Amino acid sequence: MKEGMTVIVKTITRFVGVMIMLFGVYIVLHGHLSPGGGFAGGVLLASGFILLTLAFGKDVSLKILPQWLASALESVGALIFLGMALLGFAGGFFFLNLLPKGEAGELMSAGIIPLCNIGIGIKVGAALFAVFMVLIMLRIRPGKEE
Amino acid sequence: MIELYLLLIFMIIGAIVAVEIRSLLSSVVAVGVVGFALCVVFFILRAPDVAITQLIVEIIALVILIRVTGIKRDVTEMRGEQRELITQGVSVGAVIALAVFFFLAIRLLPEFGKPLMSLSKDYFSPLIKSGAINRVASVLLDFRAYDTLGEATVLFTAVVGAIAILRKRGRKKVEEEDREE
Repeated sequence: MKEGMTVIVKTITRFVGVMIMLFGVYIVLHGHLSPGGGFAGGVLLASGFILLTLAFGKDVSLKILPQWLASALESVGALIFLGMALLGFAGGFFFLNLLPKGEAGELMSAGIIPLCNIGIGIKVGAALFAVFMVLIMLRIRPGKEE
Repeated sequence: MIELYLLLIFMIIGAIVAVEIRSLLSSVVAVGVVGFALCVVFFILRAPDVAITQLIVEIIALVILIRVTGIKRDVTEMRGEQRELITQGVSVGAVIALAVFFFLAIRLLPEFGKPLMSLSKDYFSPLIKSGAINRVASVLLDFRAYDTLGEATVLFTAVVGAIAILRKRGRKKVEEEDREE
């Protein structure tokens, strides 16, 4: 049995899927410069994977990002965010922004804010993808649902 | 401002349709209408950060909700004459109580937009303290980072709970126990 949707959807997904994920990465990295941020970018990343899952079936996206890796990435993202918060203790208190601020408007500026954004982006993206995959697995076993 | 009120009326109609309509798929589509209209409302109120998040989250939520409508299940209505009466009475009473307290609380609030930014003056000062041009990001991750940490914790807990409930191992054990009984 061929998994996934028709050839039209698959062809479009080949072009659009990469762009969606690239846009998600852009939103995460430019969170301190333009609208958006870790949460929105992370959900965009997850939606790219969800599009891949819907178009090609779950095996393709699970080959790229297995379930255990998604769970691990979620924890890693949360730990990055918490680590940035704990870094503030080096200078005095929790969540102190002690990294060099740089020049406002540059990509490398604003101290810990971009790093926090990256952590939240990884966490949210992996978490939503994991939840979606768990929901997909639930459907695979017909007749056994309570 | 008139377009804002038109959109709000549109959202209320969409919400009523979502509750009242019989078909599940149409109900989900009506919920999506409410969400996307809310996204446009955020744009009109000049909150692009929230609008982007609302748009993307709404798309994912719609995908999941539409997938849920495909599951074949017994969705017959449950009706109990007496219990229905009690439930309706309780809900009407709760709504009235909520409305009364809401109006009492609204009277204590300052007028809309006045005084201008007394609370957030420091966040939006011309001197950029956090170094981030996007002031929303600087509030979220610098001035009020505790809130973001709490929000991240809520999401983490929700995801861990969902995976723990839906994973294969847990469901198998329950099925075996059911069989033993």
